[in-house]
Amino acid sequence: MSEKVKFGRSPVFFETFNRKPGVAKKNMHYCPGCGHGILHKLIAEAIDFHGIQKDTMFIAPVGCAVFSYYYFNCGSISVPHGRAPAVGTGIARSQPDSYVISYQGDGDLGAIGFNEFIQAANRGEKITVFFVNNSNYGMTGGQMAPTTLPGQVTTTSPYGRKVETDGFPMKISEIVNALEAPVYIERVALTTTANIQKAKKAVFKGIKNLKERKGFSLIEVLSPCPINLKMNAEEINKFIEEKMMKQFPLGCIRDNSETAVPYIAPPVIRDAEKVRETLFPRRLSEGVAADFRNESPIFDQELRVKLGGFGGQGILSLGKMFADMARLRNFNVTWMPSYGPEQRGGSANCSVILSRNRIPSPMISRDCDLMISMTQTAFDKFGHELKKDGILIYDSSTMKKPDIEAGVIFGIDALQIADKKVGNNKVANSVLLGALAVILEKKGYLVGKDVADYDKVFEEAIRECFSKKPQVIDANIAAYEEGKKAALENL
Amino acid sequence: MSAKKFEIRISSEECKGCKRCVSACPKKLISVGKVINKQGYFAVTAEEPGNCIGCGSCFYQCPEPGAITIVEITED
Repeated sequence: MSEKVKFGRSPVFFETFNRKPGVAKKNMHYCPGCGHGILHKLIAEAIDFHGIQKDTMFIAPVGCAVFSYYYFNCGSISVPHGRAPAVGTGIARSQPDSYVISYQGDGDLGAIGFNEFIQAANRGEKITVFFVNNSNYGMTGGQMAPTTLPGQVTTTSPYGRKVETDGFPMKISEIVNALEAPVYIERVALTTTANIQKAKKAVFKGIKNLKERKGFSLIEVLSPCPINLKMNAEEINKFIEEKMMKQFPLGCIRDNSETAVPYIAPPVIRDAEKVRETLFPRRLSEGVAADFRNESPIFDQELRVKLGGFGGQGILSLGKMFADMARLRNFNVTWMPSYGPEQRGGSANCSVILSRNRIPSPMISRDCDLMISMTQTAFDKFGHELKKDGILIYDSSTMKKPDIEAGVIFGIDALQIADKKVGNNKVANSVLLGALAVILEKKGYLVGKDVADYDKVFEEAIRECFSKKPQVIDANIAAYEEGKKAALENL
Repeated sequence: MSAKKFEIRISSEECKGCKRCVSACPKKLISVGKVINKQGYFAVTAEEPGNCIGCGSCFYQCPEPGAITIVEITED
């Protein structure tokens, strides 16, 4: 007499679910009668049958299936709400040997992540999506979902879904059928044994398409949610068969699996240097030692800098130079630009805060220590934010001397100097930076080693700020020098 | 000549008592038991497990991965 298991626990599941908290290590966390467990078993069987367990990436959504990585003994990743197809795209492209399964519920796929999903379907990503449609948001306690039936009572539609105000349920499979790229779309249900067998066939086909890189497959699964719908096993099956199937007819909507040409992914380019360059621009300047602290008392407090002008004057770059300068001297710094939609013209301003401590907010609306204004409009808008003992530097070629109380008010013909002496009217911002360097020194804001250092650090900041546009560095350094010269003459 | 027989084995500690298998079994072999398991559910039992025809209906209806196992017994 010999025994063999005909139907039993799939080897794609962990033998015991050690990742799962609690004592029931053999059970899934789903409620009694939940369709997730049934679908998990079908998927596990299909993965096992096609022998792709080692290279499968199972993407757990937000929803009841968020803990699917407790169960599937294959690659798993949990992603933010609705982002499974987007993350799946990334994995499928960067790891072309992997088989990506996106497993999503109706809130995750139909509402929050619908755009990610439909774009991935339209691109024909080589992934298989299992869409579990149970007509409500299960994990959060049965709220109305895009797939809730007309008249169906949920916690957020206590009088039933009204189509006049809430619309009709979204037929996701039919929507996807409007696209060219998807290869296989089928809707199945987890009710009777016959329907579960059809679901099994669809799941196997979806996984086969995945294995053969045929393209985007969507399997929509009408799944029982007996607890949230307050029904027993027979009632929920009846509900799906009589109500849901009317709205969501079962069947294969598209099947191009046979004719689709298997996709051969191009070799992945792994250029660590290029990635590093894109993510972390190379630092041209060395900066200072990590324990460096300035001697001047002015730097003991938080410094708030506001720069205003119109778009194209380089006001944001000027703020960026400040931020770079602060970074090079071990300050914490925030740089917050604000500008109109147009690239040239329109108002532009930015707020820079540097501090030795934490910066609670990057916004500045008052108590500004330093203000640089390049237009009259900007000054009219922000002038009142300057402190009584603050420094104001303005471009006297574009605005008149303002009548306000301030520690230092200094005008410089920045635009004229940039145009006449440097021959480039785009570098007026660096002229103002030169003026600032002189004012900080001559008005006694700097002491000790800082006096010499600040001549250097502004120059470093210019090189740093324009490290991606090296052709403009020389003009900006020249403008900076001209700004210093002009400020020394006029101060 | 060898004869094939099937047997349902139910792990009562893994059952959550949803009763999907009860209505699915074509031979009506499965019923809800009288004992509450450690998880607090009335687990199902198979009354005459040897009468199983090995169709797998209960296995596919069951949402738990290993609560129901169907074995094929070959007698020499």
